[in-house]
Amino acid sequence: MSQALDEVKIGGLGASRKRVEDERFIRGRGNYTDDITLPGMLHMEILRSPVAHARIRSIDVSRAWEIPGVRLVLTGEMLASRNLAWMPTLSYDTQAVLATDKVRFQGQEVACVIADDPYIAKDACEAIEVDYEQLPVIVNPAQAVAPDAPVIRDDKENQPDNVIFTWEVGDRAGTDRAFEQADVISRLRLHYPRSHPSPIECCGSIADFNRATSKLTVYMTTQAPHIIRAAVAMVAELPEHMIRIVSPDIGGGFGNKVPVYPGYVCSILASILLERPVKWIEDKSGNLISTGFARDMYLDGEMALRRDGKILGVRIHADSDHGAFFSDAQPSKFKIGLLHSTFACYDVPAAHLTARGTYSNKAPGGVAYRCSFRVTEAMFFQERMIQAAATDLGMDQAAFRRMNFVPDDAFPHRTPFGFLLDSGQYAKCLDVGLKAIGYDDFRARQEEARQRGRLLGLGISTMTEPLGAGNSREFDILGIKMFDSAELKVHMTGKAILRTGAKTQGQGHETTWAQIVAHELGIPADDVVVEEGDTDTAPFGMGTYASRSTPVAGAAVAMVSRKIRAKARKLAAHLLEVSEEDVEWELGRFYVRSAPDRGVTIQECALAAYSNMPDGMEPGLENTAYYDPPNLTWPFAVYIVTVEVDPETGVWDVTNMVAVDDCGVRINPMIVEGQIMGGLTEAYAMANMQFITFDAEGNCIGSNYMDYLLPSAWETPGFELHSEVVTPSPHHPIGAKGIGECAAVGGPAAFVNAVLDAISHLGVRNIDMPLLPDRVWEAITYRRDVSGAPPVRSDD
Amino acid sequence: MTIVYDDLGDEATEQVPTRRIAFTINGRKKIAEVEPRLLLAHLIRRGLGLTGTHMGCDTTNCGACTVLVDGRPVKSCTMLAVQVDGRAVATVESLAGPSELHPLQEGFRAEHGLQCGFCTPGMMMAASALLAENPSPTEDEVRWALSGNLCRCTGYQNIVKSVLWAAEKLRSASAG
Ligand code: FES
Ligand code: FES
Repeated sequence: MSQALDEVKIGGLGASRKRVEDERFIRGRGNYTDDITLPGMLHMEILRSPVAHARIRSIDVSRAWEIPGVRLVLTGEMLASRNLAWMPTLSYDTQAVLATDKVRFQGQEVACVIADDPYIAKDACEAIEVDYEQLPVIVNPAQAVAPDAPVIRDDKENQPDNVIFTWEVGDRAGTDRAFEQADVISRLRLHYPRSHPSPIECCGSIADFNRATSKLTVYMTTQAPHIIRAAVAMVAELPEHMIRIVSPDIGGGFGNKVPVYPGYVCSILASILLERPVKWIEDKSGNLISTGFARDMYLDGEMALRRDGKILGVRIHADSDHGAFFSDAQPSKFKIGLLHSTFACYDVPAAHLTARGTYSNKAPGGVAYRCSFRVTEAMFFQERMIQAAATDLGMDQAAFRRMNFVPDDAFPHRTPFGFLLDSGQYAKCLDVGLKAIGYDDFRARQEEARQRGRLLGLGISTMTEPLGAGNSREFDILGIKMFDSAELKVHMTGKAILRTGAKTQGQGHETTWAQIVAHELGIPADDVVVEEGDTDTAPFGMGTYASRSTPVAGAAVAMVSRKIRAKARKLAAHLLEVSEEDVEWELGRFYVRSAPDRGVTIQECALAAYSNMPDGMEPGLENTAYYDPPNLTWPFAVYIVTVEVDPETGVWDVTNMVAVDDCGVRINPMIVEGQIMGGLTEAYAMANMQFITFDAEGNCIGSNYMDYLLPSAWETPGFELHSEVVTPSPHHPIGAKGIGECAAVGGPAAFVNAVLDAISHLGVRNIDMPLLPDRVWEAITYRRDVSGAPPVRSDD
Repeated sequence: MTIVYDDLGDEATEQVPTRRIAFTINGRKKIAEVEPRLLLAHLIRRGLGLTGTHMGCDTTNCGACTVLVDGRPVKSCTMLAVQVDGRAVATVESLAGPSELHPLQEGFRAEHGLQCGFCTPGMMMAASALLAENPSPTEDEVRWALSGNLCRCTGYQNIVKSVLWAAEKLRSASAG
């Protein structure tokens, strides 16, 4: 006699199931792009520009051709003859594949060599001689719009200057009125520095064009294989059904592996020309100086306040520096991503946001680095502004937030920028965090420490992130609507294979998707194999970034399981010889309502789908679901940090960090906590050390791990995680909201607020990230704000 | 055993100087003809086909390529293949026995010490050198021993737990 199953035992929702993918990774048996070797494979290397802005007078490749083992040398001119020197970006701009007229940033792709061996290809790159005529360089938006600025994109018609777009959202007049009524107006200006997602694995591809079948297979590091397939079809003008993109194991993505890069395109073209597989594996400095950066935004805002602390309105202007080509990977309609999610968790009656994007002589990108399209900048500015406003009002940081939060009974809540928040318990999360950090007596401890010359600080940050882009009404990339998909095939023995259009890069989809199936169908998670990343087998999907997977693909997994269950119910009725209406479901089993002992398991139904279906029923137990989310999901979090700042050196140490995340229902708590800790570490990195900057000549500072600092186990602080508050998403099939990025989005402001809290009595209002010891020391010593905008000063 | 490289083209083969080295990889003796400039990491990955040793930066910063040379942790992107002549190299593939996992492998799985898995082989090799020298490390000692290995996914807390888990298991095994 079958009985309802214990969901945790079968690895369903809420089980901290050990990860399936670990089995191969811990044995060194992962299959990353560089691990793939094909017979007859050649190797490609890229020659990059050493200068940031220059006209190319000539390129001499003759010495490269002379090196034995060189099979092909590609230049922009050769690509131009095939109309391939430029490619479309994901933001309706164009990007040079290999430079023809000019180079526009340091590290830009100028030529590439395909050879029998990667060492030979590198030798040959060094034998190429390029004659550059240097041009004036632009490294920030102020320079870009200066009256005498050189026009970077003189390749484009109708581009008389360096402005890419201007954009606005919100209610200008209503916001003006709010400011007229304000008792106090708080202002803040800051720069969110350029950052690079920098997964440890760099980008790479192996293109394999088979002349006999006319089929192109590309193994590559991509978070979005189906988008790449469409892009390759457009760029290389190949029929889409003759292109197979395979994304094998990925050594971290964080947004870096969404765009199309020149290296991919060149390896594909080389394989078509040579009819041999061509492998391109980028080195670290190539990755850091040329592929999708993030942030690099100047935010200038003000807040209208009533004396008692009520926020009346917010005004923000953003200047964003997009580098030489506008190749942001984000929904078409939103030129500055979802920056207008800023202040969403606060009840702000009126708001207005303007934005302007400009070109510069820096690498292109603008990728969603561990965030849902510019939400990181939105939340950082929000929480820095909130701290500044509370300070101006002389109010307690926590009380000011609590009084302005959207209250629990106000959901769904429409923000002044038009988003609809689904649910949340903001004050409760804050209370949990304050209690954990020991907020009540912190101010007394801080004051007492100050008397003894020690600087303690406490910083609070809250964040709510709009996840799961999108609904197809509003969200598309290059016109392709942002839905996602799942396909489930249940075999006759009750084992199953699940495929989705998402692509895991460490998030553990192979483990968690099976848990959703287990939850919906009662098939043990161990009996479900999950496969992603091969466009020939996976259903069409938009890929994994911006925390889309659980909100969209995860929802599709639940929905396809429900389709399977609906068919299984018919099979159960047939097996039990009752009508469908008389059949009830409990986990893993259908039974007769009036006789609960009479039942059949989901496995028995699966067998019947192939061996004993009722007359007229299509055989088999397979289905596909496409999920178009009705709304975004809105996880919420509170991060609180305490620090001690050394006034002599400007060095600061984290003494405590508490994270309270309400991400709705947790599919696998172990994996959720892993995601939070990873995100907090990146938040700490951005606040403390990690950034890319440029000197006045456009040299990239941060082009390797000696300059682009990532924290190791030694520097990274410990984190205390709290999961007490759970507000399920009302519109997601299993109530989940997504978690992969929250901590990286909301975390940075907590660290920065803590350091500024420690020194604000010295009259310091802002230090731009990262809070390097010399910047903090300068702020303390000279009692002034410190800007971090490029170009770096000569004394840096 | 001879290691076969990618075809360098006829002319190239004559021009490229090579040196013969003899070494041990994961307990097996090998002989190889290598270009003097060949990196150890490339000998391991391309020459021997052991792709568990990853390359993240090729500038000695990330530690993804960490292997043991005569028992000491070495970043194999920074050592030349010719330097292992007469020495013993151990890679992640040597950790598991024929039927069971090494406690470090078990520990990383049990404590969720990996996400994308790219840093994991290097982390485990660095940790194995630590545990060979210090069977009862403190949390700080683990953090210090792994400070040459970068992980972008986990935030390290679970990596440290994984190593402590393995240390505990190794101690109880040797006590039992
Ligand atoms: S690849 Fe050797 S240290 Fe990074
Ligand atoms: S698990 Fe991804 S880099 Fe460590």
